Amino acid sequence: MDNSEVIISLKGLSFTYHDNKSHRPVLDDLNLQISRGERVGLIGANGSGKTTLFHLLMGLLRQTAGTIEVFGEERRKEKDFREVREKIGLLFQDSDDQLFCPTVAEDVAFGPLNLGNSQEEALAITREVLKRLGLEGFEDRLTYKLSGGEKRLISLATVLAMKPEVLILDEPTTGLDEDTVERLTEILRGSDLTYLIASHNRDFLSKTTDIIYRLGRGKLTSPVS
Amino acid sequence: MHIDNFAAGDSLLHRLDPRVKIVVAVLFSVVVAVADRYSCLATAVCLSLTLLFLARLSLREVFLRLLVVNAFIVFLWLFLPFTYGGEKLFSIGPLDATREGVIYALLITVKSNTIVLALIALLATSPVVTLGHALSHLYVPEKLIHLLFFTVRYLQVLHLEYDRLRDAMRIRAFKPGTNMHTYRTFAYLIGMLLIKSFDRADRIRKAMLCRGFHGKYYLLSHFELQRVDVIMLVIMMLLVSGMASLQWIILK
Repeated sequence: MDNSEVIISLKGLSFTYHDNKSHRPVLDDLNLQISRGERVGLIGANGSGKTTLFHLLMGLLRQTAGTIEVFGEERRKEKDFREVREKIGLLFQDSDDQLFCPTVAEDVAFGPLNLGNSQEEALAITREVLKRLGLEGFEDRLTYKLSGGEKRLISLATVLAMKPEVLILDEPTTGLDEDTVERLTEILRGSDLTYLIASHNRDFLSKTTDIIYRLGRGKLTSPVS
Repeated sequence: MHIDNFAAGDSLLHRLDPRVKIVVAVLFSVVVAVADRYSCLATAVCLSLTLLFLARLSLREVFLRLLVVNAFIVFLWLFLPFTYGGEKLFSIGPLDATREGVIYALLITVKSNTIVLALIALLATSPVVTLGHALSHLYVPEKLIHLLFFTVRYLQVLHLEYDRLRDAMRIRAFKPGTNMHTYRTFAYLIGMLLIKSFDRADRIRKAMLCRGFHGKYYLLSHFELQRVDVIMLVIMMLLVSGMASLQWIILK
């Protein structure tokens, strides 16, 4: 993949949580490059820093050392990350964190409206994305009354509605039944997005990604086949 | 969870535009709350019973709701008749109950039940979310509406979290009693819920930031006034003003 465009480049990334008593290094001199069209999987023990890595990438946390380059520019400040968030979509581990609007349509339209689309455009995008994910007719459902699987898929819809160039999925299969995992696999395989998935589900990762890294002791180790 | 218990249904009041219902409910409650003439209050009782009839709700459920309200009112009956000055009506031991005190307690009882019945018939027949949308179309400040929506949305989540913690306590054979162990355990439970809500609020903020949140929150639902909405609005407003005129205009 040498000739393709590198869109995410992390160099010497370190992060330490400062609790009252302990200094717990989570990421230690981590390096990662992702090129357009790459589908990357990430495995690692609980607490190995997968979520931390994603939050650093989205600018929700600040690294203690190292650089984050996204779309060819170094990102340091909150302002730099605004553009990152418009182009990279992050699916949270817990869908209840992601779905906060009263109705499904409002939640899916939230991102497009923030990007400056009109109400009509946002609604059109909402309908189109829901249709693409096979979730027609969910528009007026109340978000808190959805089942776990429905919540996950609607969350994915809210992220896809922003038309991201890169998708980051944080343990997307946790708590889902086989059918929903199957649906998610189909959706991902059918998309042409660049994406990065953290999961404990090896089978799911091997079906959806081309390359799998292991995160341990704060570093990424060579691809697992 | 009792949210939206009465919201399912197909009665005239269920189908009515929520904005109409909110406007009528607010005016009705204000008039009943300040009125003190029997003619006005009697009309109000009739009106709220009619509304309840129109809403076709399960009377048993409505009665259970009223029980909750009246549990508070019992306390008024314990104190008001004996503390309000006036003509002596009867006495229990050294305590004298006054006629004015009893009438006052009675007024409060009638008023609160009337208002609650009208609110159940008018407001509980719409889902909370719809009411929120309607309020925003009635120009209630955005921040209050958002507060309402976040509360409704996460009350459910917190309630589930509470249930999970309670179950976790129960499967390890926790039995509440009147002892230090129980108090401490409940304190842990509440503390845990507080911390969890705090963490969740933080994660929600992050999720919102990731989707380009910059301080504006959008609502989509729009209502259209139908002919029946306008007709009902006019009828109910006339009835409420008639009721008000019994209080303020017609002389004794």
